[in-house]
Amino acid sequence: MNTHADQKHAIRTRGLNLWYGDFQALFDVNLGIERGLITSMIGPSGCGKSTFLRSVNRINERLGYVRIEGRIDVLDQNVYDPTVELVQVRKQVGMVFQRPNPLPISIRDNVIFGHRVHNKGKKASAAEEDEIVEQALRQVLLWDKVKDRLKHKGTELSLEEQQKLCIARLLPVKPEVLLMDEPCSALDPKGTEAVEELIWELKGKYTILIVTHNMAQARRASEKCIFMLLGKVVEYGDTDALFLTPKESQTADYIEGRYG
Amino acid sequence: MAGSGKAINAESAVEFDRRNTDWYVDKAIQAIVFVGGISTIIFVIGIFVFITREGLTFVFDTLDVKEFLTSEYWDPSDEDAPEYGILALIAGTASVTGLAMVVAIPFSLGAAVFIGEFATGKTREFLKVLVELLAAIPSVVWGFIGLSIMNPLIIEWFNVPVGLNVLNAGIILGLMAAPIMTSIAEDALKAVPDRYREAAEAMGATRWQVIYKVVLPAAKNGLLGAVLLGVGRAFGETMAVLMATGHSINIPTSVFDSVRALTATIAAELGETAVGSDHYGALFTIGIFLFLITFIINLLADLVVRGVRKG
Repeated sequence: MNTHADQKHAIRTRGLNLWYGDFQALFDVNLGIERGLITSMIGPSGCGKSTFLRSVNRINERLGYVRIEGRIDVLDQNVYDPTVELVQVRKQVGMVFQRPNPLPISIRDNVIFGHRVHNKGKKASAAEEDEIVEQALRQVLLWDKVKDRLKHKGTELSLEEQQKLCIARLLPVKPEVLLMDEPCSALDPKGTEAVEELIWELKGKYTILIVTHNMAQARRASEKCIFMLLGKVVEYGDTDALFLTPKESQTADYIEGRYG
Repeated sequence: MAGSGKAINAESAVEFDRRNTDWYVDKAIQAIVFVGGISTIIFVIGIFVFITREGLTFVFDTLDVKEFLTSEYWDPSDEDAPEYGILALIAGTASVTGLAMVVAIPFSLGAAVFIGEFATGKTREFLKVLVELLAAIPSVVWGFIGLSIMNPLIIEWFNVPVGLNVLNAGIILGLMAAPIMTSIAEDALKAVPDRYREAAEAMGATRWQVIYKVVLPAAKNGLLGAVLLGVGRAFGETMAVLMATGHSINIPTSVFDSVRALTATIAAELGETAVGSDHYGALFTIGIFLFLITFIINLLADLVVRGVRKG
């Protein structure tokens, strides 16, 4: 991937601490997620990896009792700046959830939803929308399966197809970053394989940050890997190196299955 | 020591048919619950049978059904030529119910959206309790408000001779129906899974876009059910409309006309009729009519809430 030197990182955090009420979930996280790469986050349940992911697009704030210190820069702008418009942040940062969550509307409307939200005023014609929908669904390898039932509800698809749809609906908005929160954990092995394949297809076009507790998946599907434990980043490096020659003993213990 | 398994078995003989008190308690409770459950159904059927029996002789012997439904003259106490036309009464009930919905739908949906989607923590709990309390205000109190507060206000504001009219009763009835509608609509919003909201928000939708594009469409059936139940409530209400409509037989041409409702007619006249007379029978026929309409509305609401599509 050819990246500009000054724009190496799509996401950069400095001194990030996060509390749920009185419980501190993240401790002084300093991370730079490189543009255009697939970075995976691994670690045992409750280590803060999902929390980290969900604070990048600030969806965590829905809970209402979250407090944050430090900063997260996305594309060189602090998303926690008081003047930030969440809508603009979320245009740049798309998210795929653990449980596929297509909206209870038609497949077509699901794909075009984000595009409509972000293109108020200049309403696309039906033909333009068709084009956008087809492109997005083709990119997620779903077009041939659903092209004859675009009017059907997105929630009627199989879980694997739902998850692909959830990825497809992010693409028309042209985000820079895709956050994926254990996107395969609700899928069977075949679905997992299909979605992983899709993630590889998207490599290079987007900066992808993927949380998983499936280490094999992290190893297969990512170029960089972050290992977290108890709210702290333990190790961050090339995936191959991290799995073959971990620098920290805790990392070694985890990938060898001694806990987690 | 009687150590072998065989000896133990022999000592405590297994009795699969032994019944202890728990068994009897269980059976007794089952019987009580069964009687309780079945009695509701029996009572409802009983009421229906009673009303029908009282009204049916009249329907078959005296009544001209076409005249009953299409004549606007209701004058059952005329000695020589009593008239039994309920068209004006239907118009009264319909106009008041219609206006009540115009008042109640925006209020109740707005309140439901606020309580369900915006209010949090204590505010939300407080509002929910408040709505339930409002739903429990006796209808005679509402009628009293219509009679003694709304009436002079309407006369003063709109410069009309009488303040007991469609407008008055419609507003009163709308406010009466709003709490129960709010409550049901809020349940419908709450039934929309949170992951839909989260998904839409993560795509950059604003609070209002989430509600308008995702939550309301997803809760559509429940909301429609809430409205229908509100219609049923307004339709069947008696005391408040008796007090606030002016109770004069009239097909209204404006909201300032006094009207008379079907329910109020029964309430006002039944006590003064001789049991078994034609007038008595005519009132019971109105009862059957009301029963059927409310039954249909409630059934419809139920079907809609369950998501059965029409057609």
